[in-house]
Amino acid sequence: MSIFTNALSIAWKDLYSEWKTRQVLTTMIIFAGLVIVVCSFAFDPTNNTTKAVIPGAIWIIIVFSGILGLNRSFVSEQKNDNMHALLTAPLDAASIYLGKFLANFIMLLIVEIVAIPFLFLLFDFREMGSFPYFILVLFIGSFGFVAIGTFLAALAANSRSSEMLLPIMLFPLVSPILIGAVQATKIILTNIDKLPNAISWIQLIGGYNVIFFVLCVLLFEYVLEV
Amino acid sequence: MIQTKQLIKRVGDKVILRGVNLSIKEGQTVAILGPNGAGKSTILKVIATLIKPSSGEVLINNKEIKKHALEVKSLIGYLPHASLLYDHFTPLENLILFGKLYGVKDVEKRAKELIEKVGLSFFLHEPVKSFSRGMIQRVAIARAIVHEPRIILLDEPHTGLDQQAIVILNKVILEMKAQGTTTVMVTHDFKQAAEICDRIIIVKNGKIVDDFMLENNNLDLVFDKYALLTEGVV
Repeated sequence: MSIFTNALSIAWKDLYSEWKTRQVLTTMIIFAGLVIVVCSFAFDPTNNTTKAVIPGAIWIIIVFSGILGLNRSFVSEQKNDNMHALLTAPLDAASIYLGKFLANFIMLLIVEIVAIPFLFLLFDFREMGSFPYFILVLFIGSFGFVAIGTFLAALAANSRSSEMLLPIMLFPLVSPILIGAVQATKIILTNIDKLPNAISWIQLIGGYNVIFFVLCVLLFEYVLEV
Repeated sequence: MIQTKQLIKRVGDKVILRGVNLSIKEGQTVAILGPNGAGKSTILKVIATLIKPSSGEVLINNKEIKKHALEVKSLIGYLPHASLLYDHFTPLENLILFGKLYGVKDVEKRAKELIEKVGLSFFLHEPVKSFSRGMIQRVAIARAIVHEPRIILLDEPHTGLDQQAIVILNKVILEMKAQGTTTVMVTHDFKQAAEICDRIIIVKNGKIVDDFMLENNNLDLVFDKYALLTEGVV
Protein backbone atom coordinates (compact mmCIF):
# COMPACT_ATOMS: atom_id res chain seq x y z
CA MET A 1 0.00 0.00 0.00
CA SER A 2 1.32 3.40 -0.89
CA ILE A 3 1.72 6.27 1.54
CA PHE A 4 -1.17 8.08 -0.13
CA THR A 5 -3.59 5.15 0.00
CA ASN A 6 -2.89 4.72 3.71
CA ALA A 7 -3.19 8.48 4.25
CA LEU A 8 -6.60 8.43 2.55
CA SER A 9 -7.71 5.54 4.79
CA ILE A 10 -6.68 7.48 7.90
CA ALA A 11 -8.32 10.69 6.67
CA TRP A 12 -11.50 8.77 5.83
CA LYS A 13 -11.42 7.21 9.31
CA ASP A 14 -11.20 10.64 10.98
CA LEU A 15 -13.89 12.22 8.82
CA TYR A 16 -16.22 9.23 9.16
CA SER A 17 -15.68 9.25 12.93
CA GLU A 18 -16.53 12.96 12.92
CA TRP A 19 -19.62 12.29 10.82
CA LYS A 20 -20.77 9.76 13.43
CA THR A 21 -19.98 11.80 16.55
CA ARG A 22 -20.31 15.37 15.23
CA GLN A 23 -18.19 16.56 18.15
CA VAL A 24 -15.32 18.57 16.72
CA LEU A 25 -16.89 20.13 13.65
CA THR A 26 -19.96 21.24 15.59
CA THR A 27 -17.77 22.87 18.24
CA MET A 28 -15.71 24.61 15.56
CA ILE A 29 -18.78 25.94 13.77
CA ILE A 30 -20.46 27.09 17.01
CA PHE A 31 -17.26 28.90 17.99
CA ALA A 32 -17.04 30.59 14.58
CA GLY A 33 -20.71 31.61 14.83
CA LEU A 34 -20.16 33.13 18.28
CA VAL A 35 -17.17 35.17 17.08
CA ILE A 36 -19.20 36.49 14.15
CA VAL A 37 -22.23 37.38 16.29
CA VAL A 38 -20.08 39.12 18.94
CA CYS A 39 -18.21 41.03 16.22
CA SER A 40 -21.48 42.12 14.66
CA PHE A 41 -22.59 43.49 18.07
CA ALA A 42 -19.27 45.24 18.63
CA PHE A 43 -18.91 46.89 15.22
CA ASP A 44 -21.66 48.77 13.46
CA PRO A 45 -22.21 47.01 10.08
CA THR A 46 -23.53 50.24 8.52
CA ASN A 47 -20.25 52.06 9.24
CA ASN A 48 -17.79 51.87 6.33
CA THR A 49 -14.73 51.61 8.60
CA THR A 50 -16.15 48.35 9.91
CA LYS A 51 -15.25 46.73 6.59
CA ALA A 52 -11.62 46.95 7.67
CA VAL A 53 -12.37 44.55 10.53
CA ILE A 54 -13.54 41.75 8.23
CA PRO A 55 -10.12 40.38 7.14
CA GLY A 56 -9.05 40.14 10.78
CA ALA A 57 -12.36 38.55 11.79
CA ILE A 58 -11.98 35.91 9.04
CA TRP A 59 -8.56 34.86 10.29
CA ILE A 60 -9.61 34.96 13.96
CA ILE A 61 -12.31 32.45 13.06
CA ILE A 62 -9.90 30.25 11.08
CA VAL A 63 -7.15 30.28 13.71
CA PHE A 64 -9.20 29.72 16.84
CA SER A 65 -11.72 27.26 15.47
CA GLY A 66 -8.80 25.54 13.74
CA ILE A 67 -7.02 25.10 17.06
CA LEU A 68 -10.14 23.48 18.52
CA GLY A 69 -10.00 20.87 15.74
CA LEU A 70 -6.23 20.38 15.88
CA ASN A 71 -6.30 19.80 19.62
CA ARG A 72 -8.73 16.92 19.22
CA SER A 73 -6.93 15.41 16.25
CA PHE A 74 -4.40 13.34 18.18
CA VAL A 75 -5.94 13.45 21.66
CA SER A 76 -8.87 11.46 20.23
CA GLU A 77 -6.42 8.67 19.36
CA GLN A 78 -5.57 8.16 23.03
CA LYS A 79 -8.88 6.78 24.26
CA ASN A 80 -8.26 3.10 23.52
CA ASP A 81 -4.57 3.58 22.70
CA ASN A 82 -5.70 3.85 19.08
CA MET A 83 -2.41 5.49 18.21
CA HIS A 84 -0.66 2.23 19.14
CA ALA A 85 -2.78 0.47 16.53
CA LEU A 86 -1.53 2.90 13.89
CA LEU A 87 2.05 2.65 15.13
CA THR A 88 2.10 -1.16 15.04
CA ALA A 89 0.54 -1.26 11.57
CA PRO A 90 2.91 -1.33 8.58
CA LEU A 91 2.46 2.38 7.88
CA ASP A 92 4.99 5.01 7.03
CA ALA A 93 4.85 7.81 9.64
CA ALA A 94 4.32 10.23 6.74
CA SER A 95 1.04 8.52 5.87
CA ILE A 96 -0.26 9.09 9.42
CA TYR A 97 0.72 12.76 9.14
CA LEU A 98 -0.80 13.17 5.69
CA GLY A 99 -4.03 11.44 6.72
CA LYS A 100 -4.41 13.60 9.82
CA PHE A 101 -3.49 16.72 7.86
CA LEU A 102 -6.06 15.97 5.18
CA ALA A 103 -8.86 15.36 7.71
CA ASN A 104 -8.03 18.55 9.64
CA PHE A 105 -7.79 20.59 6.44
CA ILE A 106 -11.14 19.36 5.13
CA MET A 107 -12.82 20.12 8.46
CA LEU A 108 -11.37 23.64 8.51
CA LEU A 109 -12.53 24.22 4.93
CA ILE A 110 -16.05 23.15 5.93
CA VAL A 111 -15.99 25.66 8.80
CA GLU A 112 -14.85 28.38 6.37
CA ILE A 113 -17.57 27.49 3.86
CA VAL A 114 -20.21 27.86 6.60
CA ALA A 115 -18.78 30.77 8.60
CA ILE A 116 -17.45 33.23 6.00
CA PRO A 117 -20.74 33.70 4.07
CA PHE A 118 -22.46 34.15 7.47
CA LEU A 119 -19.88 36.82 8.38
CA PHE A 120 -20.42 38.64 5.06
CA LEU A 121 -24.16 38.43 5.58
CA LEU A 122 -24.14 39.90 9.07
CA PHE A 123 -21.73 42.68 8.07
CA ASP A 124 -23.65 43.31 4.86
CA PHE A 125 -20.38 42.94 2.92
CA ARG A 126 -21.08 42.85 -0.83
CA GLU A 127 -18.21 44.33 -2.80
CA MET A 128 -15.20 42.05 -3.15
CA GLY A 129 -12.05 42.87 -5.14
CA SER A 130 -11.34 39.43 -6.54
CA PHE A 131 -13.21 36.28 -5.55
CA PRO A 132 -10.64 33.79 -7.02
CA TYR A 133 -7.75 35.50 -5.19
CA PHE A 134 -9.81 35.55 -1.99
CA ILE A 135 -10.36 31.77 -2.27
CA LEU A 136 -6.64 31.28 -3.04
CA VAL A 137 -5.57 33.18 0.09
CA LEU A 138 -8.01 31.25 2.25
CA PHE A 139 -6.80 27.98 0.77
CA ILE A 140 -3.05 28.47 1.10
CA GLY A 141 -3.33 30.26 4.47
CA SER A 142 -5.42 27.40 5.88
CA PHE A 143 -3.09 24.84 4.27
CA GLY A 144 -0.01 26.23 6.03
CA PHE A 145 -1.81 26.70 9.33
CA VAL A 146 -3.11 23.10 9.34
CA ALA A 147 0.19 21.64 8.07
CA ILE A 148 2.17 23.11 10.96
CA GLY A 149 -0.72 22.69 13.41
CA THR A 150 -1.10 18.96 12.70
CA PHE A 151 2.60 18.39 13.29
CA LEU A 152 2.59 20.31 16.58
CA ALA A 153 -0.70 18.73 17.69
CA ALA A 154 1.01 15.32 17.52
CA LEU A 155 3.89 16.73 19.54
CA ALA A 156 1.59 18.27 22.16
CA ALA A 157 -0.78 15.29 22.42
CA ASN A 158 1.41 13.41 24.89
CA SER A 159 1.49 16.36 27.26
CA ARG A 160 -1.07 16.66 30.06
CA SER A 161 -1.72 20.28 29.15
CA SER A 162 -1.79 19.74 25.39
CA GLU A 163 -4.64 22.23 24.90
CA MET A 164 -2.46 25.01 26.31
CA LEU A 165 0.79 23.78 24.79
CA LEU A 166 -0.44 23.66 21.19
CA PRO A 167 -1.30 27.38 20.82
CA ILE A 168 1.94 28.36 22.60
CA MET A 169 4.03 26.35 20.12
CA LEU A 170 1.84 27.10 17.12
CA PHE A 171 1.55 30.90 17.10
CA PRO A 172 5.25 31.76 16.73
CA LEU A 173 5.58 29.31 13.84
CA VAL A 174 2.45 30.32 11.95
CA SER A 175 2.77 34.07 12.50
CA PRO A 176 4.39 34.68 9.04
CA ILE A 177 1.45 32.84 7.45
CA LEU A 178 -1.09 34.79 9.51
CA ILE A 179 0.53 38.17 8.83
CA GLY A 180 0.68 37.40 5.10
CA ALA A 181 -2.84 36.00 4.98
CA VAL A 182 -4.44 38.93 6.87
CA GLN A 183 -2.59 41.49 4.73
CA ALA A 184 -3.44 39.72 1.47
CA THR A 185 -7.09 39.27 2.51
CA LYS A 186 -7.32 42.96 3.44
CA ILE A 187 -5.98 44.04 0.05
CA ILE A 188 -8.18 41.63 -1.90
CA LEU A 189 -11.36 42.53 -0.01
CA THR A 190 -10.96 46.27 0.39
CA ASN A 191 -8.22 47.64 -1.87
CA ILE A 192 -7.88 45.55 -5.03
CA ASP A 193 -5.76 48.24 -6.72
CA LYS A 194 -2.82 46.99 -4.67
CA LEU A 195 -3.18 43.43 -5.96
CA PRO A 196 0.57 43.06 -6.73
CA ASN A 197 1.22 43.54 -2.98
CA ALA A 198 -1.30 40.84 -2.19
CA ILE A 199 0.40 38.53 -4.69
CA SER A 200 3.73 39.12 -2.92
CA TRP A 201 2.13 38.10 0.38
CA ILE A 202 0.63 35.02 -1.31
CA GLN A 203 4.07 34.06 -2.66
CA LEU A 204 5.55 34.43 0.82
CA ILE A 205 2.87 32.15 2.27
CA GLY A 206 3.36 29.68 -0.60
CA GLY A 207 7.11 29.45 -0.03
CA TYR A 208 6.66 29.11 3.72
CA ASN A 209 4.06 26.37 3.18
CA VAL A 210 6.31 24.33 0.91
CA ILE A 211 9.25 24.45 3.35
CA PHE A 212 7.22 23.59 6.44
CA PHE A 213 5.04 20.96 4.78
CA VAL A 214 8.10 19.06 3.55
CA LEU A 215 9.79 19.42 6.96
CA CYS A 216 6.68 18.17 8.77
CA VAL A 217 6.38 15.12 6.49
CA LEU A 218 10.06 14.27 6.94
CA LEU A 219 10.24 14.86 10.69
CA PHE A 220 6.92 13.34 11.71
CA GLU A 221 8.38 9.91 12.51
CA TYR A 222 10.55 11.52 15.22
CA VAL A 223 7.45 13.08 16.79
CA LEU A 224 5.87 9.64 17.08
CA GLU A 225 8.93 8.06 18.66
CA VAL A 226 8.79 7.15 22.35
CA MET B 1 11.70 -16.27 14.39
CA ILE B 2 12.14 -13.77 17.26
CA GLN B 3 15.52 -12.96 18.74
CA THR B 4 16.43 -10.29 21.23
CA LYS B 5 20.05 -9.52 22.05
CA GLN B 6 21.04 -7.77 25.28
CA LEU B 7 17.86 -5.73 25.37
CA ILE B 8 18.09 -2.85 27.82
CA LYS B 9 15.38 -0.26 28.39
CA ARG B 10 15.83 2.71 30.67
CA VAL B 11 13.21 5.30 31.50
CA GLY B 12 14.88 8.15 33.37
CA ASP B 13 16.91 6.58 36.14
CA LYS B 14 14.84 3.43 36.19
CA VAL B 15 16.09 0.36 34.35
CA ILE B 16 13.13 -1.66 33.12
CA LEU B 17 14.92 -4.29 31.05
CA ARG B 18 18.41 -5.43 32.07
CA GLY B 19 19.84 -7.35 29.15
CA VAL B 20 17.06 -9.61 27.89
CA ASN B 21 18.24 -12.37 25.54
CA LEU B 22 15.45 -14.32 23.93
CA SER B 23 15.23 -16.75 21.08
CA ILE B 24 11.82 -17.99 20.03
CA LYS B 25 11.45 -20.47 17.19
CA GLU B 26 8.76 -20.31 14.55
CA GLY B 27 5.53 -21.95 15.67
CA GLN B 28 6.34 -21.86 19.39
CA THR B 29 3.73 -20.67 21.87
CA VAL B 30 5.48 -18.89 24.70
CA ALA B 31 4.09 -17.48 27.94
CA ILE B 32 6.00 -14.73 29.73
CA LEU B 33 5.22 -14.73 33.45
CA GLY B 34 6.42 -12.49 36.23
CA PRO B 35 5.35 -10.13 38.98
CA ASN B 36 3.97 -6.66 38.28
CA GLY B 37 6.64 -4.26 37.06
CA ALA B 38 8.99 -7.05 36.00
CA GLY B 39 9.17 -5.74 32.42
CA LYS B 40 6.97 -8.34 30.67
CA SER B 41 4.82 -5.86 28.76
CA THR B 42 7.89 -3.79 27.89
CA ILE B 43 9.46 -6.82 26.18
CA LEU B 44 6.27 -7.22 24.16
CA LYS B 45 6.16 -3.52 23.26
CA VAL B 46 9.77 -3.56 22.11
CA ILE B 47 9.11 -6.59 19.89
CA ALA B 48 5.94 -4.91 18.56
CA THR B 49 8.12 -1.89 17.59
CA LEU B 50 6.07 0.38 19.88
CA ILE B 51 9.03 1.44 21.98
CA LYS B 52 12.69 1.59 21.16
CA PRO B 53 15.15 -0.15 23.44
CA SER B 54 17.90 1.95 25.05
CA SER B 55 20.36 -0.61 23.74
CA GLY B 56 20.36 -4.09 22.26
CA GLU B 57 18.56 -5.32 19.20
CA VAL B 58 15.54 -7.30 18.10
CA LEU B 59 15.57 -9.56 15.07
CA ILE B 60 12.44 -10.93 13.46
CA ASN B 61 13.15 -13.56 10.81
CA ASN B 62 16.80 -12.49 11.12
CA LYS B 63 15.86 -8.94 10.15
CA GLU B 64 16.64 -6.02 12.41
CA ILE B 65 13.32 -4.37 13.29
CA LYS B 66 14.60 -0.79 13.02
CA LYS B 67 15.87 -1.28 9.48
CA HIS B 68 12.97 -3.39 8.21
CA ALA B 69 10.18 -1.81 10.26
CA LEU B 70 7.36 -2.02 7.70
CA GLU B 71 8.17 -5.59 6.69
CA VAL B 72 8.41 -6.70 10.33
CA LYS B 73 5.21 -4.90 11.35
CA SER B 74 3.23 -6.70 8.67
CA LEU B 75 4.26 -10.02 10.27
CA ILE B 76 3.06 -9.07 13.75
CA GLY B 77 -0.40 -9.00 15.31
CA TYR B 78 -0.41 -7.13 18.61
CA LEU B 79 -3.13 -7.34 21.26
CA PRO B 80 -2.38 -5.18 24.32
CA HIS B 81 -4.54 -4.33 27.39
CA ALA B 82 -6.46 -1.66 25.51
CA SER B 83 -8.64 -2.77 22.62
CA LEU B 84 -7.07 -0.34 20.07
CA LEU B 85 -10.55 -0.14 18.52
CA TYR B 86 -12.46 2.97 17.49
CA ASP B 87 -15.46 3.18 19.81
CA HIS B 88 -17.89 4.78 17.40
CA PHE B 89 -17.19 2.26 14.66
CA THR B 90 -18.89 -1.10 14.34
CA PRO B 91 -16.76 -4.28 14.46
CA LEU B 92 -17.04 -4.50 10.67
CA GLU B 93 -15.88 -0.90 10.17
CA ASN B 94 -12.98 -1.39 12.58
CA LEU B 95 -11.81 -4.58 10.89
CA ILE B 96 -12.17 -3.13 7.39
CA LEU B 97 -10.14 -0.05 8.42
CA PHE B 98 -7.31 -2.09 9.93
CA GLY B 99 -7.49 -4.64 7.13
CA LYS B 100 -6.95 -1.82 4.62
CA LEU B 101 -4.03 -0.45 6.61
CA TYR B 102 -2.43 -3.92 6.62
CA GLY B 103 -3.12 -4.33 2.89
CA VAL B 104 -5.51 -7.27 3.29
CA LYS B 105 -7.10 -8.39 0.02
CA ASP B 106 -10.88 -8.80 -0.10
CA VAL B 107 -10.98 -7.11 3.27
CA GLU B 108 -14.75 -7.06 3.79
CA LYS B 109 -15.00 -10.84 3.31
CA ARG B 110 -12.09 -11.41 5.71
CA ALA B 111 -13.65 -9.04 8.28
CA LYS B 112 -16.99 -10.84 8.16
CA GLU B 113 -15.28 -14.24 8.50
CA LEU B 114 -13.41 -13.07 11.59
CA ILE B 115 -16.50 -11.54 13.20
CA GLU B 116 -18.29 -14.84 12.71
CA LYS B 117 -15.28 -16.69 14.13
CA VAL B 118 -15.38 -14.66 17.35
CA GLY B 119 -19.14 -15.14 17.62
CA LEU B 120 -20.33 -11.58 17.03
CA SER B 121 -22.22 -11.96 13.75
CA PHE B 122 -25.38 -10.54 15.30
CA PHE B 123 -23.52 -7.38 16.31
CA LEU B 124 -21.93 -6.69 12.94
CA HIS B 125 -23.40 -3.18 12.68
CA GLU B 126 -23.51 -2.19 16.37
CA PRO B 127 -20.97 0.38 17.56
CA VAL B 128 -18.20 -1.08 19.69
CA LYS B 129 -18.91 1.44 22.47
CA SER B 130 -22.11 -0.47 23.32
CA PHE B 131 -20.22 -3.76 23.83
CA SER B 132 -19.23 -5.49 27.08
CA ARG B 133 -15.54 -5.98 27.94
CA GLY B 134 -15.67 -9.58 26.72
CA MET B 135 -17.24 -8.62 23.39
CA ILE B 136 -14.72 -5.80 22.88
CA GLN B 137 -11.86 -8.21 23.55
CA ARG B 138 -13.27 -10.61 20.95
CA VAL B 139 -13.29 -7.83 18.33
CA ALA B 140 -9.79 -6.83 19.47
CA ILE B 141 -8.60 -10.41 18.86
CA ALA B 142 -10.11 -10.31 15.38
CA ARG B 143 -8.36 -6.97 14.76
CA ALA B 144 -5.01 -8.40 15.84
CA ILE B 145 -5.25 -11.31 13.39
CA VAL B 146 -7.03 -9.58 10.49
CA HIS B 147 -3.87 -9.72 8.36
CA GLU B 148 -3.07 -13.35 9.26
CA PRO B 149 0.14 -12.50 11.10
CA ARG B 150 3.02 -14.95 11.49
CA ILE B 151 3.60 -13.70 15.05
CA ILE B 152 0.98 -12.75 17.63
CA LEU B 153 1.87 -10.79 20.73
CA LEU B 154 -0.75 -10.93 23.47
CA ASP B 155 -0.60 -8.81 26.61
CA GLU B 156 -2.76 -10.35 29.34
CA PRO B 157 -5.40 -11.39 26.83
CA HIS B 158 -7.58 -13.29 29.33
CA THR B 159 -7.99 -10.45 31.83
CA GLY B 160 -11.63 -9.58 32.46
CA LEU B 161 -13.03 -12.14 30.04
CA ASP B 162 -16.03 -14.36 30.68
CA GLN B 163 -15.77 -18.13 30.14
CA GLN B 164 -17.22 -17.98 26.64
CA ALA B 165 -14.73 -15.31 25.58
CA ILE B 166 -11.85 -17.29 27.12
CA VAL B 167 -12.89 -20.39 25.16
CA ILE B 168 -13.08 -18.37 21.92
CA LEU B 169 -9.72 -16.72 22.56
CA ASN B 170 -8.01 -20.04 23.33
CA LYS B 171 -9.59 -21.59 20.25
CA VAL B 172 -8.25 -18.78 18.06
CA ILE B 173 -4.75 -19.06 19.58
CA LEU B 174 -4.68 -22.85 19.17
CA GLU B 175 -5.89 -22.59 15.57
CA MET B 176 -3.17 -20.05 14.83
CA LYS B 177 -0.66 -22.35 16.55
CA ALA B 178 -1.77 -25.25 14.35
CA GLN B 179 -1.10 -23.06 11.32
CA GLY B 180 2.46 -22.46 12.56
CA THR B 181 1.97 -18.98 14.00
CA THR B 182 4.41 -17.96 16.73
CA THR B 183 2.65 -16.72 19.84
CA VAL B 184 4.11 -14.73 22.71
CA MET B 185 1.72 -14.15 25.58
CA VAL B 186 2.27 -12.08 28.71
CA THR B 187 -0.08 -13.32 31.39
CA HIS B 188 -0.81 -13.72 35.08
CA ASP B 189 -3.23 -16.56 34.35
CA PHE B 190 -1.09 -19.66 34.90
CA LYS B 191 -3.92 -22.01 34.05
CA GLN B 192 -4.37 -20.51 30.60
CA ALA B 193 -0.61 -20.36 30.10
CA ALA B 194 -0.26 -24.06 30.94
CA GLU B 195 -3.21 -24.93 28.72
CA ILE B 196 -2.01 -23.09 25.62
CA CYS B 197 1.75 -22.66 25.80
CA ASP B 198 4.61 -25.06 25.24
CA ARG B 199 7.29 -22.85 26.73
CA ILE B 200 7.35 -20.66 29.84
CA ILE B 201 9.64 -17.71 30.46
CA ILE B 202 9.76 -16.13 33.91
CA VAL B 203 10.87 -12.52 34.15
CA LYS B 204 11.87 -10.73 37.34
CA ASN B 205 13.35 -7.24 37.72
CA GLY B 206 13.86 -6.87 33.97
CA LYS B 207 15.75 -10.15 33.59
CA ILE B 208 14.83 -13.63 32.44
CA VAL B 209 15.22 -15.84 35.50
CA ASP B 210 13.87 -19.08 34.04
CA ASP B 211 13.02 -20.46 30.65
CA PHE B 212 11.65 -23.99 30.32
CA MET B 213 9.57 -26.19 28.05
CA LEU B 214 6.22 -27.33 29.36
CA GLU B 215 4.91 -30.82 28.73
CA ASN B 216 1.45 -32.25 29.35
CA ASN B 217 0.05 -28.87 30.43
CA ASN B 218 1.85 -29.29 33.76
CA LEU B 219 0.30 -26.46 35.78
CA ASP B 220 1.92 -27.55 39.07
CA LEU B 221 5.38 -27.18 37.56
CA VAL B 222 4.56 -23.60 36.53
CA PHE B 223 3.29 -22.75 40.02
CA ASP B 224 6.28 -24.34 41.73
CA LYS B 225 8.90 -22.68 39.55
CA TYR B 226 7.18 -19.31 39.74
CA ALA B 227 6.88 -19.45 43.53
CA LEU B 228 10.51 -20.47 43.89
CA LEU B 229 11.88 -17.80 41.58
CA THR B 230 9.71 -14.83 42.45
CA GLU B 231 8.78 -15.43 46.05
CA GLY B 232 11.61 -17.73 47.14
CA VAL B 233 9.27 -20.49 48.38
CA VAL B 234 8.16 -23.89 47.07
